[in-house]
This record gives sequence, C-alpha cells and structure tokens, in this order.
Amino acid sequence: MNINHHLDDATLMSYSAGSLSQGMALVVASHLAFCSACRERAEMNDAVGGVLLESLDAETIEDDMLAAILAQIDEPLERRIVEPRQAIPSLSDPEIPVPLNEYVSGPLDQLEWKRIVPGVAYYDMPWQGRGVSRLLRIAPGKSMLTHTHNGNELTLVLRGSFSDEVGRFCRGDIADLDDQIEHQPLVDSDEDCICLIATDAPLRFTTLFGKLVQPMTGF
Amino acid sequence: MNKRPPGDDVDNIIQLKQAEMASADWSNLLGHLAVKPDKRLYARLFSHFAPKVKAYIVRLGVALATAEELTQEVMLSVWRKAHMYHPEKAAASTWIFTLARNQSIDWMRKQKYPQYSLDEWSETASEPGQGEQKVLSDRIAAAIKLLPEKQAQVIYMSYFEGRSHGDIAGRLDIPLGSVKSRIRLASEKLKQIWGGDRYEH
Ligand SMILES: [Zn+2]
Repeated sequence: MNINHHLDDATLMSYSAGSLSQGMALVVASHLAFCSACRERAEMNDAVGGVLLESLDAETIEDDMLAAILAQIDEPLERRIVEPRQAIPSLSDPEIPVPLNEYVSGPLDQLEWKRIVPGVAYYDMPWQGRGVSRLLRIAPGKSMLTHTHNGNELTLVLRGSFSDEVGRFCRGDIADLDDQIEHQPLVDSDEDCICLIATDAPLRFTTLFGKLVQPMTGF
Repeated sequence: MNKRPPGDDVDNIIQLKQAEMASADWSNLLGHLAVKPDKRLYARLFSHFAPKVKAYIVRLGVALATAEELTQEVMLSVWRKAHMYHPEKAAASTWIFTLARNQSIDWMRKQKYPQYSLDEWSETASEPGQGEQKVLSDRIAAAIKLLPEKQAQVIYMSYFEGRSHGDIAGRLDIPLGSVKSRIRLASEKLKQIWGGDRYEH
C-alpha cells in the first residue's frame, strides 16, 4: 500500500505507552496494520516500554505465586489459550483492517449506517469513552465544515479519498491533527469516502456533528 | 524462517548469577523457552520479571491485591505465549512489557486494547539490525537516562501512569502542543539511536 500520511511521533509513543483512549488506539492499530514504516517506529516505542519496565524497582511478590502458576501450567491441554488470530473467522472483509474486525460485523456496505444529513452517515464503535470513535461515510463532493477541537483527532481513510489544506488522503493514509490545525476536508473521490475517526477530547459531539457537514456550494 | 536458535548455551545462562544477567541474557533465556518449554528456565525468568511487572501495574494505579492477581495472569501468559516470542524481533523486557500493558489495560477498561497483529509484525519486521534488539535495548536505556528532565517526565507520565496528552497538559499546566513537542523531541533522540544503529548493518 502506498501511504503518504503517517502517525505523529507523539501519537505513536502514547499508543505504545498504553495511554491512548480506546478509540484513538483503534485508529492507530488499524494504520499500523497497513503501514510497515510506522510499525517499525512502534517497535522502538515498545522497546522504550521494555526498558522502563526493566528500570523499575521490584515489588514484593507473594511466595506462592510461582507455585500457583506452575500448577496452572500442568492443567490439561485443552485449557491452553487459543490465539485470537486463529479464532477470527477468515471471511472478514479485506477492506477492513484486522484490528477493526472485532468491532464491525461484516462488509462496510452492510453496516447499519446512521444518516445525519444527505450524503453523510456514521457508525459508532460499541463503547463509550471520553472522545469520539466511529466510522464516517461521506459522499463525493461533500465537505466537513471547518472545525477546531480541544484535543487530538485521528482520521484513517479506508475507502475513497479527501483533500484538505495539508494534502490528499487516500486508503491507508492517516490525518493526525491536534488543536493547532484548522481544516476543511473535501471528499474528492468518485465513491463515498469512509474513514475511521477518533478524538480524545470530550467534545460536545452531537452539537458539533449537527453542523459538521454541508454540501459544497462551489465557493 | 528466521527462528534461528539463540547461540548461547542454555546451561551457561542458568549458571549466571541473577544479578549479572544483562538484557541480552534474559532475551536468550526467553528465546530458549520459545523453542522448548522448560520450567527451570521459566522460574528464573519469573523471579526477575514478576516483581517488575507488579511494580509496573501498581504504578498504573491498580490496587495492590489486584496488581498481584494481574501479575500472576501476565506471568502465566508469558509461559503460554512463549512460543510466539522471537529474540531477533524484540528484547524479552519489550515483549513482556507489551503483555503486561495489554492485560492491565484490558482489566482497567474492560476492553481489549486494540493491537495490530503480532504475527504480521514478525513477518514484516525489517531485516537490518536483526539480532541486535537486545543490544539496542541497552542503548535505549542509556539514552533515556540522558534525556532532559522535562522530556523524561512526559515519557514517564505516559508509560507509567497511562496519561493521555491532554491529561498531562492539565497536570503540568502547559499547552497540549508543548506536551506533544516534548514527546516528539525525546522520540527524535531515541530514533537516532534505534535507526542509526540499524542502518550501519
Ligand atoms: Zn504510517
């Protein structure tokens, strides 16, 4: 996959640190599933975690913990863990990145999209968090109103493309923005643009979303 | 493929005194476990890492009794998943860190922390620098000690306290952008060590 827009160093480090919200971590993991360049950077950040783990002063462990584990190890084989990857059905849609697979049931076109205004629909991830975590589907020629936010915002393109002041974003590309940036993305593909998005700030999202999108009027 | 057996002789590793074990030795030891289950080796790994895993979990803010339980689960999964460990891809401490991180978050959020596929990761990991992971870890450790305090602070708050950028900004009473630029600066320095070494090969 030819990817032109990548994750910010600060976002990647927080992902490895385990300090990203659920929604943000899902977008990051999904981009990593597409992008070997960012995966390599993620490996370094994981190594930082290993180094920090190693640097910690030991806590006291109950004397019997090792014995308890060794006893569990000896339990019958069928209790051994089946790795999730083997358990995931192979009929998953190749359009959907592996980390997202667990949360969407079937091809993107068959999801129960909720329409906001003509040409714009969303599908929420099944959790409540501080920020927003959803799939967004926008028709060709539509644009999101310029908006600012209090925190970070991640947008990963799964289908179609959009352009904004920063550049053009196609499948696999990620827009990793903070509150310094004001932008107005416009869908410029012939097909709908589907993105996985997340924010980490407690946005008043319903009100924001109500006025988020308008048809392009040609100015 | 590159499941090349660790070079060192396993008995030599066992004879090393615990205190003398460097990062590379633990990685070799876990590498042996990956190929062949061995309770004796596991017990050594346990006595080194379990107290650190617990310390990590406690620092995340988990109550002591629960931290004990979680540590047991993490260390059990070290045994059960050992066959998935590749010493050429990550140091033992790195691999155990990711297990501890994922399981702690899963417990704290009652939600699985989204992960990219580890299998895919090992298939596509870059070729240069292979076998150097453990050495790199030692160099990263040295580099972290040299970071300016302000940069080290945001890294500790991220890894040890699980704080988001916004959360850190609030705590330190600095703008979100400053938190991110401190992390970026630190990351830049660490990347030089990480990447620079790799491309020499
Ligand atoms: Zn990338």
